[in-house]
Amino acid sequence: MSEKSGLLIENLERHGVSRRTFLKYCATLASLMALPPSAGRAFAEALGKVTRPSVIWLSFQECTGCTESITRSHAPTLESLIFDSISLDYHHTLQAAAGSAAEAARQAAMKLNWGKYIVVVDGSIPMKDGGVYSTVAGISNHDMLMETAKGAAAIVSVGTCASFGGLPKAQPNPTGAVPVTDLVKDKPVVNISGCPPIPVAMTGVLAHYLAFGNLPELDKLGRPLAFFGETIHDRCYRRPFYDQGKFAKTFDDEGARKGWCLFELGCKGPVTYNACATVKWNDGTSFPIQSGHGCLGCSEPDFWDAGSFYRALSMPADPLKVAATAVEIGAAVGVAAAVANRVRKSAAKAGHETATLVDIEKERD
Amino acid sequence: MDAALFLNWVRGTGLQIAVFVFLLGTVWRLFEIYSLGRKPDLAERRHVAGASGWHTILRRSVPIPGMMQRSGMTYIAGYTFHIGLGVVVFLFAPHIKLIQGLVGLSWPALPSQFVDLVAVVTLAAMLVVLADRIMKPVKRFLSTFEDWFTWAVTFLPVLTGYFAARHLLLPYTLMFSLHILSVELLLIVLPFTKLIHVFTVWPSRWFNGDASARKGVPI
Repeated sequence: MSEKSGLLIENLERHGVSRRTFLKYCATLASLMALPPSAGRAFAEALGKVTRPSVIWLSFQECTGCTESITRSHAPTLESLIFDSISLDYHHTLQAAAGSAAEAARQAAMKLNWGKYIVVVDGSIPMKDGGVYSTVAGISNHDMLMETAKGAAAIVSVGTCASFGGLPKAQPNPTGAVPVTDLVKDKPVVNISGCPPIPVAMTGVLAHYLAFGNLPELDKLGRPLAFFGETIHDRCYRRPFYDQGKFAKTFDDEGARKGWCLFELGCKGPVTYNACATVKWNDGTSFPIQSGHGCLGCSEPDFWDAGSFYRALSMPADPLKVAATAVEIGAAVGVAAAVANRVRKSAAKAGHETATLVDIEKERD
Repeated sequence: MDAALFLNWVRGTGLQIAVFVFLLGTVWRLFEIYSLGRKPDLAERRHVAGASGWHTILRRSVPIPGMMQRSGMTYIAGYTFHIGLGVVVFLFAPHIKLIQGLVGLSWPALPSQFVDLVAVVTLAAMLVVLADRIMKPVKRFLSTFEDWFTWAVTFLPVLTGYFAARHLLLPYTLMFSLHILSVELLLIVLPFTKLIHVFTVWPSRWFNGDASARKGVPI
């Protein structure tokens, strides 16, 4: 926001990041994203030449957790520095301007970089009742998104709310919240889901876009495959215990102390695609399962409505609730069928006419 | 629909519907079948060695002399897949966990790798009985839609279960959901098709054997 000019690499140098560190970061990023080694050099070259791309950050129905996660991940990470080095022209939490000046900044950035800026969306968009549930400067989230998206080169949905609707969309979805992809159909949209998302997933996508001018390969939910290509379960360090059938039954039993698999305590790792188990959090310190709690599945659509966080995936949601009623109705229908059969039998018996030899002889004639 | 939501549905609403129809249908059909009754047999019961309901249960479980040569595949593949189904359904650890979670009963499981092998053998045996049904003109002639349909709804849960356990073909969540869905389909059609034999097979044999035994005929 402060300096509009200057190459990104120069900006990093000013923050005390050496060229060597920068190259190492680019190589790491390339390998993280499963790109060939040459991509690391391409990253470094392209990122070095980049002149602070304009980013407009739109905050809708969100909790600011995503911004907190990325900006305060661990100071000062290269992620945060790269993040600092983009020209963040509009961001509620971080911008100094307020009121009409802030809106003017957004308009100015759009005009200046039309067709080239990146829109980052954080939060879901309320559609019910004309979108009155979330407005900024009197503009509904829907109108602001559509207006800003028009001149965008690409849109990055940060967090599960922007990607899939998240908590605001949880049943009964009182605000009629929808994700960005429901509204924006004519621009490339990347979903960096997670509640919050992993910072490097976001900077990785930005770096890829800056270096190669396109978006990385995405999965069918629009998430970069490099970070969302495998389940937490497949890369979990507790996986061997799962394969051996060793499970913690409560949060303080022997199994829990020995670090056994948390599957039976409701871990959603097997159905959750994210990089937590490999990249980890807080500068690679840990991730939820490592700290003893199962995965909530926060990077998957509608994880809020996917049953209890503490119920094992294999456990169905109380199917025997209906058992007594089913047996009662079944018995009733059975009795009714039995009665009907008896009635039919009696009727057949009553209607039976005894045929004599004479009758048969008559028929033959 | 997203895979996780699909899984949520098949584990929740879908399973409830399936369990409801299964229990309702089973109680209904069994009640109806056994309430039909028979006319009281007023003749004095005969006593012939080897003629009783229990004898028939046993006798019909082994091939009639000569039939093993004529239709061996029916016996071998038939027995293989029935026993295989029993092992896969009741001796696979996750299934026991499910039963334990629902009704509190549990028993030791077989190693997963062994159950894997049994699943493959079961699938192969089911394919053999299907091929046999297609290739033998008499069997094919006697087969109705119900025969093909019940084969399919029995085959699918084993196939999808094996694929899910081995992470084959589709993403695990989707395959696991399809496995549950296929079991739900099986539960729903079971009471209303010939698959009701899971409940009636032994009583029926006993009944036939007993009725013949009264007349002094061991069958």
